[in-house]
This record gives sequence, structure tokens and C-alpha cells, in this order.
Amino acid sequence: MIGFSTRLSFAFRCFFSLLFEGKIPQDIVRVLTTSNAEVEPVAARAAPQAQAQKVAGDKLMPESADRAVQMLALLQRDGRLVDFLQEDVSSYPDGQLGAAVRSIHISCRQALDRYMKLEPIFSSEEDHPVTVPVGFDPAAIKLVGNVAGEPPIRGLLRHRGWRVAAVTLPSMPLGSGRAIVAPAEVEIP
Amino acid sequence: MDSEFIVGIDLGTTNSALAYCDSAAALEGARIEVATIPQVVNPNEVADRTLLPSFLYIPGDMDFPKGSLSLPWDAEPKFVIGELARKRGAESPGRLVASAKSWLSYAGANRTAPILPWQAPEEVSKLSPVEVSSQYLQYLRTIWDAHHVAGGKGHALAKQDVFLTVPASFDEEARELTRRAAEQAGLQRVTLLEEPQAAFYAWLESQGDSWRKRVKVGDLVLVCDVGGGTTDFSLITVSEENGDLALKRVAVGEHILLGGDNMDLALARLLQQKLEVEGRRIDPYQLQGLWHQCRSAKEYLFEHTKSQKQDVTLLGKGRKLVGGTIKTELLRQELNRILVEGFFPKVASGEMPARQRRIGFQELGLPYAADAAVTKHLARFLSQQVQNNPESANIRRGRGGLACPTHVLFNGGVMKADMLRERLVEVLNSWLTEEGFETLGPQNVLDAPDLEHAVARGAAYYGRARRGQGVRIRSGASRTYYIGIESAMPAVPGMEAPLKALCVVPFGMEEGTEAIMPDREFGLVVGEPAEFRFLSSTIRKQDRVGDLLENWGSEIEELSPLDVTLTLAGQQGTVLPVRLESRVTEIGTLELWCASRDGANRWKLELNIREKSGQ
Repeated sequence: MIGFSTRLSFAFRCFFSLLFEGKIPQDIVRVLTTSNAEVEPVAARAAPQAQAQKVAGDKLMPESADRAVQMLALLQRDGRLVDFLQEDVSSYPDGQLGAAVRSIHISCRQALDRYMKLEPIFSSEEDHPVTVPVGFDPAAIKLVGNVAGEPPIRGLLRHRGWRVAAVTLPSMPLGSGRAIVAPAEVEIP
Repeated sequence: MDSEFIVGIDLGTTNSALAYCDSAAALEGARIEVATIPQVVNPNEVADRTLLPSFLYIPGDMDFPKGSLSLPWDAEPKFVIGELARKRGAESPGRLVASAKSWLSYAGANRTAPILPWQAPEEVSKLSPVEVSSQYLQYLRTIWDAHHVAGGKGHALAKQDVFLTVPASFDEEARELTRRAAEQAGLQRVTLLEEPQAAFYAWLESQGDSWRKRVKVGDLVLVCDVGGGTTDFSLITVSEENGDLALKRVAVGEHILLGGDNMDLALARLLQQKLEVEGRRIDPYQLQGLWHQCRSAKEYLFEHTKSQKQDVTLLGKGRKLVGGTIKTELLRQELNRILVEGFFPKVASGEMPARQRRIGFQELGLPYAADAAVTKHLARFLSQQVQNNPESANIRRGRGGLACPTHVLFNGGVMKADMLRERLVEVLNSWLTEEGFETLGPQNVLDAPDLEHAVARGAAYYGRARRGQGVRIRSGASRTYYIGIESAMPAVPGMEAPLKALCVVPFGMEEGTEAIMPDREFGLVVGEPAEFRFLSSTIRKQDRVGDLLENWGSEIEELSPLDVTLTLAGQQGTVLPVRLESRVTEIGTLELWCASRDGANRWKLELNIREKSGQ
């Protein structure tokens, strides 16, 4: 069984990898396939989120890699997310990793709150019955299990889903700045 | 003519704010609004805030990517002001101006000369404390005008009545410099107001008419204002006038450079020591991070009174984020020891703060308070400010002569913490018991809502009150002012001619009143500049207009001189006898005039503020 923090790290990397490159990093696939059944859940959970966000994102802004880089840069600036994902954390004890993650979690979450308003697609409690309406959007609602019949259909809400309600990204850096996720820092003594 | 808007500006040491109300709507009791202040919060990112951090960063070519500082109204601002200035200044302190307001009140420095950033590298073009203050005001003016001038509305801030707050402890020089800063920023209708009074006005606003039920004749309200950088006290009496309650500000404290920033830094230093004992090294950059984290941890512990500790995590630098993470914790016990016991210790009312030691070659810089105990500064305030006070009959005093407040009004970010309020009231109660009075309960603590914006809101309320829509606090000169007269004595080698002090403005001299020194005439030469030495005292409250003093020890200090040049057509070179007149104006200024014997001609004396030698 892989530790929680490693799983968290993998989940993040899968999320962004799927979002920006459309595939899961090879090293994660290798690790997970050796511990058999775990590829499925990770990928399954990450995929719908990425998909939902991508669809909503397309509506809100023109297709542009610059904005994706910018979001990443903001999460790095405020929450050091890229530093965290790029670091090999396998050797650290869970305690140390936990201390760092707690801090990263708070600041990334604040950054996310600031620049992207997220809302659940269903507002009811998970594991409670919901009705899938007539003419629902399959991009927003994914039916699993015994998929048959005609809407409206009753089912159990397994995941509330996420939708981007508003994007409030700051203006874009000029020119070459658009490719910068984090500037190098040089201290002048 | 009355302006369309009434504007209150809190030009704070660490944060500034602007509140306003529409003067036409004010007649129907419209709300006072707090303005949003868009500012660059990160490169390429402008965001709305309701506070403008009073920080100015002077960017060099190497500081920010081109175009990343642009504001909606200025593509390439010369200075960074606000949140980004504060952030960037932590990384590159040599280009940051902080606490400009404290410099404004520090006579040891040349306040109109470009001296800030203090100890900046040579290539940085510096600004004077007045210019920096003016920049903050100009920034607010630009934002205001963007909202209120565009679209043909034409309500430029320059044309509005602006009520600008200053610490009650500011002397005439610092007030004059604040006025100049406002003038340089293009504000034409400015009235100064003391901050603790503004805080009290904010409370009045929040109470509506019911304030009359909270206080009664004979009450004494202590305003305790502990902000980010300064601590300021004032006393307000409640008396009766024509059957209605009247408020009067009767005492103000000294300028104490002690505030929340000192407290957070003290916590950061403690954690730094703890980490260094564990063998970790904390560099100055990490100390900044620690400072920030300590502030959050402190606020958490103040809010969650059941928690015994809060984690403080410093992420590793560079790519070793997790590997370099340092974790420690702030214990409640430590918070109590450092903040409550360190800054608000239980002391007797006779315990005075330690005085600054005067060292021969003291490094010039701001004169921070030598004693961090706010309660000791309060003890000195309550024991000294009532001595010889002309209002002493209306000030409730105890057996030991201490001024004994019946109510406390807290203001400033530090006083948001219940623990600190409770401690201050506890200490005050121990003094009250000793002096033979009942202790203060929760009903005696007056709560101004929204502490961050209270001063700006209160200033706007005051503007409204001046138009008859609200209660006014009467106040007068917060110090006694004198003109220095050199004695006509034969010169003794190596000794300065002894100086006498003629009282021209007594303590408490009320707004809108004048005083004339009839018995004393000065012969001034028309067309030639004359200089008067100008002195003030926060201690001598008993002196009356026209009193001539000798030997005042350390009770009087000298300010910058007053200059005047008599101009009179066709009288060049003649000696003209004039007498002095003083006036405290409705807009909070103090004026001294020379008047000819027949009263037909008058000339105003101007403060000539410059660096004082021997400080």
C-alpha cells in the first residue's frame, strides 16, 4: 500500500498531467500497476474532474496554454505547488511530509479560492438519492452502474462533481514572462 | 460652499483607509462607506482592497518585469504603493519606505529633505517623509477621481472636504508637515482630526442616538489606540451643556513608537531562538516568513482560546521544499509570556516606563519606545496628564491623584484581541480599586465596530457633525506653545543669553478662539526677515496667555523657528512695533500673527521646519 502523502502527490501530478498533456505520467503508471488494482481508482477520480474543468474552461476563455501556465505559476507562487510536485518525496518520513503538505494545502487552497470560483455540480449530500433531469449534459453528469432507461432517473450521488463558476485570473505577464512558472532567485550579498 | 462629499482619510503608520458619505444624503443619515482601493498586489495583478498598506517601494530597472506594475490609470508608475510594496520590501529592504508617518513626527531628522528609504543604496533616489505621505494621499486622490470625476460627475477629491487624521500626540510641526503633504497631493480643503477622537466618533456613529444612554455627566472615557506602529492615548470627559451631554477631549499622550509590529517581531524572535537551539539556522529572509507566520499563529490562538498551541511551518527554500521544511510551534504559554506579560504586564500605577538612554553617538533612526510595556506608558499618561490640567475639575481622580476612567474605548489592530483587552482592563481595575473606585465591567468597554476602518469612518462622521449632523467633541490645543525671548543681558563669553518663554497658546485653547498679547510689543524691521524661537510643552498645562517663564528645566522643548517678513508699502527699513496674536482655527491649525499697533495690518508667522542640531 502506498502512503497517503505519496498518493496525494500522485493525484496532483495526474490531475495536471491530464489537464495539460492528456496522459498520466509513466513513472506513476509503473508504480501503480505493480501494486495492481490501484491504477483504476486514481485515474477514474482524476479524469472527470479534469474533464469538467476543461469543458468549463473552454467556455470561459480562448484555448490558450498561457493561461494554464499562469494558473500553475500562481499555485507555485502562493503555494509552492510545482516545487512540491517536482521534489522526490519518497525518502521523507510522513511526519515531515505532513507538515509541508498542511502548509501547501492552505496556501494552494487560498490561491484557488482567489482565482477560480468552484462549485459542486450537485449540491446535495454524497451517497444520497438525486434525480438526473431530462436533457442532462453528459459532460457534467456521468452515469455509472446499471445505465439504462430514460431520464429523469433516480440514482445515488457518488461524487458531487466540480464546475468552474468564474475565473478571475490576473492580467497576463508580457512576452517571455508567459512561460515562467517561477523565476529563479538570486540573492545579492 | 459645502462640498458634495465628506471624506475621512486615515493616513496610518502601517495602513491607510478612506471613508466617505454623500453630503446631500447625509442629511437623511446615509451610511458612511469605506472606499475600495485597487492596488498592485503581485506583479501583473491589481486587486481591490479596503486598506492601503502605507508602504512605498522605489523600483529599480532590475526589480520587476516591464509592464508588470501597470495600474488602470498609470501604465508605468514611478513607485509601488500598497500591498506589493510591502511584500517586495521584505525581499529587498533597501528600496522600501515604511513608517513614513513616524519619521514625520521625529524632529531629530530633517523631514523635508530626501532621507527615505533610510540607509538606502546610493543609486536610489530618495524622498522626504513629507513627499512619501503626499504620495499615499495622491494615490488615494487618483483612485477617488477615477470613480468620482469620470462620466461628467466632476466631484474631484481636491474639491471635497477632507478630514485627515493625525496622532493626538503630533506636535504643531508634525501637523504642519501633514498639512503640507496634503497640499502637495493637491487636496485643497483639509481639516486635521486626532485619531483617538476619530475612533470615538466611529463609536458614536455605531451607536446612533443611544450613546446618551451609555455615558453620563461626569464620566471619563479613555481611548486606548494601539496600532501597527504606534500607541496613542486620549481622555474625553462627558459634561453637561444647555441640558445636553457635551464631550471634550481633555488630554493626549506622548508619541509612543510601539505597536503590533513589535509584538509580532518579538514572537518571531522567540521562535527563531527555539529553532536555533535545535541547531537550525534562520536567515533574514526566513525570519520574514517566520514573522508573517507568527502573526497568523497569534491570531489563531487569540481566536481559539481552547487551543494550547499552533504549528508554525517554514517551507524549505528552492527545490528542497519538503526536505528543508522547518516546523515548530507557538505555545499559548509563550504567547502569554511574550505578549500579555511582556507588553501588558500587571504593574502598579506608579510604575513609569524606562526612559530612553541617551548615548553620545546614538545611531540616528526612529526613536522607538525604550520600554515595551504598554501598561507602564498608560500609567504615566494617567498620572501625568491630569497634573495642572485646566479641566482637572471635570476629570475623575482618585486618592492618589490618578485620572480614573469610567469607560475604555479600544482602537487599533492590536486591541482586537480579547485577551489583551481583558488584561488592560484588569490592570486598570487594579488601579481603580487602589484609588477608591469601582472596577470597570463589560458595560464600561465601548466597542467601535470594524477597527480597521474605524478611524477613517470616524473622520467622515466628524465632517458630518461639523455640518450639524451629529455630536462634536470639543477639543483644543493639545500642548502649550511659547515664543522664546532672549533676555537683554550683557553677553557672557561661552554662555548663551538666557531664554525666556512667553506663553502664546495655552493648553486646551479652544478651536475658533483668539488670544492677544497686549502688553508686549516687538520692534520688527519692515522688509527684513525676522525669526521667532518657538517652543512647546506637553507637561506645563497651567500657563496662561502672556505668562513669561524662566527656568523650566526639561518641561519645555524647542520646535523649529517661526519666520515672518513685514511688508508695508513705502516703509522699507523702518522699525514697526507689533504685537502677537494667536488663533486656533476651526480646521485644527494654530496660527500666530503679528499685528500693527492700530490693528490695520497683520502678518502671519510661518513655521520654518528644518533639522535641529544637537539631537
